[in-house]
Amino acid sequence: MKKFFLAIIFNILFLNNLFALIEVDITRGNLDPLPIAVSPLHVDIKSEEFKNLKIKNLGEEISLIIEKNFRNTGLFNPLKKDAFVQKPDIAHLKPRFEDWRLIKAQALVTGKLLIKDEKLKVEFRLWDLAAAQEMTALAFTTTPSNWRRVAHIISDKIYERLTGEEGYFDTRIIYVAESGPKNQRVKKLAIMDQDGFNTKYLTLGNELVLTPRFNPTNQMVTYMSYFRNMPRVYLLDIETGTQEVVGNFPGMTFAPRFSPDGKKIIMSFAKDGNSDIYTMDLESRVVERITEHSSIDTSPSFSPDGKFIAFNSDRSGLQQIYVMRSDGSNVKRITFGKGIYGTPVWSPRGDLIAFTKMHKGRFYIGVMRIDGTGERLLTENYYQEAPSWSPNGRVLVFYRETKAGEKGEGFTAKLWSIDITGYNERRLSTKTDASDPSWSSLLSK
Amino acid sequence: MNLGEKMTLNTNLKNILLVAFTTLLLSACSTAKKSGELDGDVYTGKETVEYLASGVPDRVFFATNKSSLTTKSRETLRKQASYLRKNKNLNITIEGHADERGTREYNLALGERRANAARDYLMTYGISGKRISVISYGKEKPVNPKSSSVAWSQNRRSVTVKVN
Repeated sequence: MKKFFLAIIFNILFLNNLFALIEVDITRGNLDPLPIAVSPLHVDIKSEEFKNLKIKNLGEEISLIIEKNFRNTGLFNPLKKDAFVQKPDIAHLKPRFEDWRLIKAQALVTGKLLIKDEKLKVEFRLWDLAAAQEMTALAFTTTPSNWRRVAHIISDKIYERLTGEEGYFDTRIIYVAESGPKNQRVKKLAIMDQDGFNTKYLTLGNELVLTPRFNPTNQMVTYMSYFRNMPRVYLLDIETGTQEVVGNFPGMTFAPRFSPDGKKIIMSFAKDGNSDIYTMDLESRVVERITEHSSIDTSPSFSPDGKFIAFNSDRSGLQQIYVMRSDGSNVKRITFGKGIYGTPVWSPRGDLIAFTKMHKGRFYIGVMRIDGTGERLLTENYYQEAPSWSPNGRVLVFYRETKAGEKGEGFTAKLWSIDITGYNERRLSTKTDASDPSWSSLLSK
Repeated sequence: MNLGEKMTLNTNLKNILLVAFTTLLLSACSTAKKSGELDGDVYTGKETVEYLASGVPDRVFFATNKSSLTTKSRETLRKQASYLRKNKNLNITIEGHADERGTREYNLALGERRANAARDYLMTYGISGKRISVISYGKEKPVNPKSSSVAWSQNRRSVTVKVN
């Protein structure tokens, strides 16, 4: 947890002085993934031992992480390494473009690394094989134990160069790890790298915990806990492990999220059978009531500029999505389709709202424009809900549950992701059953 | 590059149509189930029910997404009120629950509303609000883990629990 926000020093080696010819079309998902060769990074023979790191394999390992990241986007097709034609160190100096073109690669990633004085120095280059030129190159230095993050950062830089959009690989997902029978579930807060590695548990499972969400800098998490059987919203500092109850509410608080500036927590407070939306300023501790209605108002989510709040309410009879100004004025219902709607989450780009829809006993994850028009259902299943956006607004992660038999057998809860085009649905690997995912922002930003 | 502008409508339309088609298929397959244990979709059976005392059931059941009390629920709660009037030192917690077929956060609110519906009714029958605390577990503590309409109807409940 300590190296979470380790500063990474970037030195741009070469500026991109020419316009690239290859560009990945990100609008259609996996129809025509770009063939890319990721050469193992060359390990400098002058490298020194570092703890129990297997230095010899490190270049290969990093290239495999990059490949997996790319394959999971559905936009790239990483080519098999046994067809590779050049040694990593030579390719990194200057690839024989025509040889790489022979194996049908359109882009090539090369690199090298050196561990010296307890520092890992990495550089990589991205080559456009058709144009026979370098597209981008970068070198950086970090602590060797950060080597997986190095692979993710390289992935982000290449993704950015080839798609024109920010990447989402150097990120983490916080979620609720679940175990035990369905009617006696044990739930713990867990955090992992976006690719399922480095899982850490933040609570012990003694009390029920739900709906963790990151703050914008990923250092804090707000979540709901039944500690001492008092269901309340909590604030957790990931690095220090300190926790506190948010506010002094005489009843259940739930459905917390941070405001986009990280200064407030927005949540629901339930009293006498009525749930309304409140904010609390974390510094001044001032509590503000945002909605005042006899219906259930919950699952609030700020727009990225902080000016609006989307939430769900059953004021019309059944759960529907509403948008209002952040002071609670100008409430407008935006969902009028068939079925009921919940869990609106504003895209980090601000142009879309992701939601859960329930219709005729089936559950959908979808996106719509912020005025409720242009609804697109991305995935349909027996039960799924709670979408959370990748920081670049391209991918949604959510959880899905399966049907249970007589004694609860057959029940699972897993994390899934899907591209907002509706393509590339994938299950995320988690050590245990999992629910309530929340995607961090880019860690190295 | 602006993603929104370049979104291909064709593929999206296909997706929506596919989803719509599947929904049609599925809804055509499911026929309304009749069960002696259900009135509408409110559970009326005795399975899972426990008793605060002889003849005093500990729980009442709700329709999907509803927190209104049925005639039978009111009868149960009047029995609870009468039992509580006789046992003046007894305090209770009312637990509100929802079934698994809803979003987690909404279900927390719904459970709270159901528990309060039961609390309000007990109060109109002379039980002091000071003796009653409420807690919602949303869909987190199903009494029946099965995925079936009967199990869900058993899980949509408020349960009166003695605390001393």
